[in-house]
Amino acid sequence: MLVLVSYDVSFEESGGKRRLRKIAKICENYGQRVQYSVFECVVDPAQWAHLRHNLLEAFDEDRDSLRFYFLGKNWQRRVEQHGAGVAYDPERDTLIL
Amino acid sequence: MKKLLNTLYVTSQGTYLSKDGECVVVRAEDGVKRRFPVHVLDGIVCFGNVLCSPFLLGHCGEKGLAVSFLTERGRYLAGVRGPQSGNVLLRRAQYRLADEAEASSRLARAIIAGKIANSRAVLRRCLRDHRNRVDALAMNGAISMLDACAERLRHPVSLDEARGMEGQAANAYFAVFDNLILAEDRTFHFEGRNRRPPLDAVNCLLSFVYTLLAHDVRSALEAVGLDPQVGFLHRDRPGRPGLALDIMEEFRPFLADRLVLSLINRGEVRARGFVSKESGAVFMDEDTRKTVLTAWQKRKQEEVAHPFLKERISLGLAFHVQAQLMARAIRNDLDGYPPYFWR
Repeated sequence: MLVLVSYDVSFEESGGKRRLRKIAKICENYGQRVQYSVFECVVDPAQWAHLRHNLLEAFDEDRDSLRFYFLGKNWQRRVEQHGAGVAYDPERDTLIL
Repeated sequence: MKKLLNTLYVTSQGTYLSKDGECVVVRAEDGVKRRFPVHVLDGIVCFGNVLCSPFLLGHCGEKGLAVSFLTERGRYLAGVRGPQSGNVLLRRAQYRLADEAEASSRLARAIIAGKIANSRAVLRRCLRDHRNRVDALAMNGAISMLDACAERLRHPVSLDEARGMEGQAANAYFAVFDNLILAEDRTFHFEGRNRRPPLDAVNCLLSFVYTLLAHDVRSALEAVGLDPQVGFLHRDRPGRPGLALDIMEEFRPFLADRLVLSLINRGEVRARGFVSKESGAVFMDEDTRKTVLTAWQKRKQEEVAHPFLKERISLGLAFHVQAQLMARAIRNDLDGYPPYFWR
């Protein structure tokens, strides 16, 4: 299934930058960055549990915000891309480099 | 149900693969960097001069990703797999069966029967679709030859006899293989199977696709805990993945051969995509290789109804299903090994 993870991390006090890096790192481990703070993660339920847990551990409940959008299994027809930045479909695309 | 994961093919020379967190980071020579989370992949195939960091290899082993190293032209060199996994008891049962002449021949017979049936289906389909463009007499001759071999395999025969049937069937099949090539371009002309090195474009394509098939089948066998080296039809030889070659047999005609044929017949590969060397060996260029890889990946995503499971699966998963069925047959949970029959 595809989960879209987007976040907003507050820079109001010093720990902000560190949390931002940490959250980005966790997301990178599970998916691809499609915009600055938007990740598309194709995960199974177990992987999602891990990802969710790690994100909730890393963020600051009082200052930051995390949003998860569940696009399900047939997500290909729910996503449209325009403009710069091309994402790959980890399930269907041929990964040849 | 296992999910069909993607395979990463690295064909750009001088690429460096490393690990960052849970990701495979691919650095090209011109500095471009791509990253893929390990969990979306189930294998990495490296062609030619591609470097892998030891940590990446270790991580892949741990996560069950198969990493294969091939020459730039697609000849298999080496593979890195994680620690032996799976069930010792299953592997022991496999070795015991491989030592028993009778049991080996029973499994080998099922495998060959699958291959022959699928070869026959490929010929018949071509005959049906292009009756006026092929030599129907020769094709029908080959088909009845295949039928005769299949018929003899229904009765218990020794392993050597079964292997003889396989040889006969393969000869009959490849003798009319040229008929299946409908492209006008006479570069693509088939006179007989040759390899190491392939001496014409068709053999070059066949060998390359067989290598890709071998990678996938081998990974599937390792995933269910079987030893890919110990086969029933293909006997032990150091470095040869006997069981992987066994399971490959039934997939060759309809998966590999037909992929090559449709690439040729649809004009997706062209004569200029091949270079021949002084030695007579024929190789494909980088673009052609990419075309073949893309077609291979696409083919694996096609959905088919599995004849034994009666379930719709993608073709790429069929390797895993067959590996699982082989494991069941070895464990004696099934009366025999049901090969994959294509129709």
